[in-house]
Amino acid sequence: MQLTQSSVGRKIIMAVTGFVLVAFVCVHLLGNSSVFIGANAINAYAQKLHSLGPFVWVFRLVMLAAFAIHIIFGIQLTLENRAATPDRNVQIKRLKTGFGAETMIVSGLVMLAFVIYHLLHFTVRVTNPEIYVPLGDHGMVDVYVMIVNGFHSALPVIVYLVGMSFLFLHVSHGFQSLFQTIGLSNDKSLPVMETISKLVGVVLLVGYISIPLLVVFGLIKI
Amino acid sequence: MKLKLHVWRQNGPKDQGIMETYEVPNVSPDQSFLEMLDDVNLALAKDGRDVIAFDHDCREGICGMCSQVINGVPHGGQERTTVCQLHMREFKDGDEIFVEPWKARAFPVIKDLVVDRGALEKIMQAGGYTSCHTGGVADGNALPIGKEIADYSMDAAECIGCGACVASCPNSSAMLYTSAKVAQLAVLPQGQVEAHRRVMAMTETAKEQGFGNCTNHYECQAACPKGINVKFIAKLNREYMKALFK
Ligand code: HEM
Ligand code: SF4
Ligand code: FES
Repeated sequence: MQLTQSSVGRKIIMAVTGFVLVAFVCVHLLGNSSVFIGANAINAYAQKLHSLGPFVWVFRLVMLAAFAIHIIFGIQLTLENRAATPDRNVQIKRLKTGFGAETMIVSGLVMLAFVIYHLLHFTVRVTNPEIYVPLGDHGMVDVYVMIVNGFHSALPVIVYLVGMSFLFLHVSHGFQSLFQTIGLSNDKSLPVMETISKLVGVVLLVGYISIPLLVVFGLIKI
Repeated sequence: MKLKLHVWRQNGPKDQGIMETYEVPNVSPDQSFLEMLDDVNLALAKDGRDVIAFDHDCREGICGMCSQVINGVPHGGQERTTVCQLHMREFKDGDEIFVEPWKARAFPVIKDLVVDRGALEKIMQAGGYTSCHTGGVADGNALPIGKEIADYSMDAAECIGCGACVASCPNSSAMLYTSAKVAQLAVLPQGQVEAHRRVMAMTETAKEQGFGNCTNHYECQAACPKGINVKFIAKLNREYMKALFK
């Protein structure tokens, strides 16, 4: 299996799954931003998602597969890359690469931990069962109330700030990297893509952390 | 001027290796870096001490032998300059300079600053050739190649196989080297015969030789003494996908 064993093949798989993940975090942010409009907007959005029924599960499985494949190859490639450089020079001066690029595995693993916490917090409802109040009588919860209550203690706010900072680091290198990996970059487009990549990282960071921060500062309230 | 040199000394691939310090008096700014090392070695030999082993051949920036990491950067960090073309006027009196070999699993140290770069040759042998019959020497313009394509191929062909890209890469990946070798042929008619086989064989051999995977740090382009562009890596990736879905 060339694709799943070779050096370039596995990078292409990382790029494609990475693209799926970036697309997801962008769409997810877009959906979440209905919380800025108000309680009705975000609850309507949540209801809409629930009404999709089995498609929700198809979507979840696709995301889970992309996430798992991305993580497995990410770890495998990183271990190989470490093994390729058993000992390093005493002096090392990097000319081009940056902190984000050099810490992809760290930011990736932090995000894995974040996603697990996030699901326990808002989806599986394990960490903070007290934040849920029912909405109507179809077994739905009030998502707006859940978000406001969810950020009333310090721990979740800190976890989200940290998690999103690492998302910023990961995407600000990863987004341009994926276009190079699938061969869509050239010498003219690469610098532009590097800038766009950082911008995407900033938009995701600011967009996502604004929700807990606005709750903390009382601008999103019940 | 006077310099303090810290040089990596290592007796063979199994030896631990250590940085040793040498005071170098009377360095001329007109000397090349290698000439300065020659002087250090003359002084060491006079004292009956073991001279510093380092690779060199052409001393004019075309053979790719002079593989040294200087102050943490392969070839010393002057743009498009090999160690042999680096001059002492780039340094100032009293400078401390660190000189080390390439470090990568695929490049075992033979002695001191000399490493075995044979793994790059293995990649070349795996596909860096064309096997079409050309008969006698062809007429100069018998096979017209557009200027843009010729320039592109020649830009890739500038690679001198020095291995600085590997040495600069946090993953010790040889992707810039391999991509230059793939790209220089991929755009020419002569390269079409084994295009699919070439990219597969060369990347596979790079992996077998113990080079890492490319994660697009782009350190290689910054360190390359010939300015090989990472656009050739994107080209290699396209060639790979063409071969995969052929
Ligand atoms: C929301 C989650 C994530 C997103 C949006 C994301 C996105 C990306 C993107 C776009 C790339 C670039 C692919 C390429 O250059 O070909 C990438 C690479 C990578 N990711 Fe992720 N990723 C995520 C989660 C993770 C996780 C959980 C890990 C944990 C192992 C991880 C580890 C890596 C590694 C090691 C690389 C390769 C480094 C590189 O190419 O520079 N990622 N990721
Ligand atoms: S790509 Fe540049 S750094 Fe790498 S071997 Fe060729 S000339 Fe040396
Ligand atoms: S000695 Fe030939 S390139 Fe430096």
